[in-house]
Amino acid sequence: MSADKKPVVAENLSKSFGQVTALQNISFETERGEMFGVIGPDGAGKTTLFRILTTLLVQSSGDAFVDGYDVKGDFRKIREIIGYMPGKFSLYGDLSVEENLNFFASIFKVDPKENYHLIKDIFHQLEPFRNRKAAALSGGMKQKLALSCALIHKPSVLFLDEPTTGVDPVSRREFWQMLDRLKSMGITIIVSTAYMDEALLCDRIALMKNGILLGVDSPAGMVASYKERLLAIKGGDMHSILKALHDIDIVKSAYSFGHEHHAAISPDFTGDAVEKIMLELTSRGFNDALVKNINPSVEDCYMELSAN
Amino acid sequence: MKEKTYAIITENLTKKFGDFTAVDSISFDVKRGEIFGFLGANGAGKTTAMKMLCGLLKPTSGMGMVAGYDISKNSEMVKKNIGYMSQRFSLYQDLKVWENFRLFGGIYGLKDGEIASRTDEMLKSLGFFDERDTLVQSLPAGWKQKLAFSVAILHKPSIVFLDEPTGGVDPAARRQFWELIYAAAESGITVFVTTHYMDEAEYCDRVSIMSEGVIAALDSPENLKYKYGCTTVEEVFHKLAGGQL
Repeated sequence: MSADKKPVVAENLSKSFGQVTALQNISFETERGEMFGVIGPDGAGKTTLFRILTTLLVQSSGDAFVDGYDVKGDFRKIREIIGYMPGKFSLYGDLSVEENLNFFASIFKVDPKENYHLIKDIFHQLEPFRNRKAAALSGGMKQKLALSCALIHKPSVLFLDEPTTGVDPVSRREFWQMLDRLKSMGITIIVSTAYMDEALLCDRIALMKNGILLGVDSPAGMVASYKERLLAIKGGDMHSILKALHDIDIVKSAYSFGHEHHAAISPDFTGDAVEKIMLELTSRGFNDALVKNINPSVEDCYMELSAN
Repeated sequence: MKEKTYAIITENLTKKFGDFTAVDSISFDVKRGEIFGFLGANGAGKTTAMKMLCGLLKPTSGMGMVAGYDISKNSEMVKKNIGYMSQRFSLYQDLKVWENFRLFGGIYGLKDGEIASRTDEMLKSLGFFDERDTLVQSLPAGWKQKLAFSVAILHKPSIVFLDEPTGGVDPAARRQFWELIYAAAESGITVFVTTHYMDEAEYCDRVSIMSEGVIAALDSPENLKYKYGCTTVEEVFHKLAGGQL
């Protein structure tokens, strides 16, 4: 057993499935009460990492500890002290809301009333549906029930694998407000997400790609390390403007960002980029385009890092 | 006549389950060739409305025409003339790439030669031709999504329904997927898409926002933002769909 009592420690963690290397020498640590985000494209190894840390999968090499317990040797102990919400809805669809909660409480040998304060804010929204079968709940309600079931034994570390996929913007915002309250109660949260507005809410973010950990940083640190000059462009025919931006030689990369496009300027160009882009667009017939300098967001950093 | 201009027409379309009204008398039209975003909170009635439009669920009352066919009286013809793709179900994992195309082409009644040439054409344009003999289960999720979309428009439907096609997809792969949507729309296919990513709502020609079974708003992203005094569709969404959950 490691003497280290950090909530999660990974040391050169690797996992292979036959020829495929899913994780390669992953090392990181989380702090007590930290909201730790994991982002990366599909196939980056995020779920494999979660499954090793939750003792559902054994690593090929390296070590991992949760609250000082070894994921290999002390898996029984770890299972008692963690909460896990897998990416796929994994409650019992043919049990009611209340039956699911009681079932998970009984597995962990706790009285559901004992830790009710932890889930009160979440569960009171489910109260009107307490007799409804879990399969018949809407997507947002299912997530709330799954979170309640993962919390009922008052875990020390909570693992959430893409908890808000398929959840609407209003419910997502509520879900993250709940996570914030859990964090303030001292629960460490490890959460993966495909939403960059959620990554922004984490204390630190780990970016993974092809089984490799590219880096761990705070959202502010990540944004500060973004090197290029960045412009926002708006206009009438947005899709054609995007194609035109790809065509302009001082544009290093250009991506759509909702109501505007973001274009990173090649470091070789040292002149007035706003003026230059305006001129280039006008010469291509886009007379209404608005161009301005902006600061990068976490999503800009993600696009930059995942392109390299 | 109206069917010539519109891919979808609904009038007072309603679905009740017992005492619960899931879709409450919605009336809206989708123009041919349009990218139409169908937004709403979880449980607002989007899936029920979409199932009716795809001919999978009979309306309790009201009228709906999709691809020129009545969804109550002629649901089989509706099914033949639309494409459908969802995050939950897309391709058969234990079939090879080309076998999935073969299967769905057969289901939609395409001739063998036609399936073969369309499959080659689509795989080449995606740059996946070398992977035609690969089992779908061994492909990355972003690829599966692109293939599923191609399979959904293999039979050249006049309209394709995409139910949260980019759910759980990372920011880079989502942008690639939207390039396919634009290409389909440019080729004349009407695109009806649901999403929880509000940046994607901005890419639609028009969006509707459903709330508690009714359409609370429907307009172009620009007009919606102007009307509600917001700078993004995300803000409009929170204004209309927030607070009641």
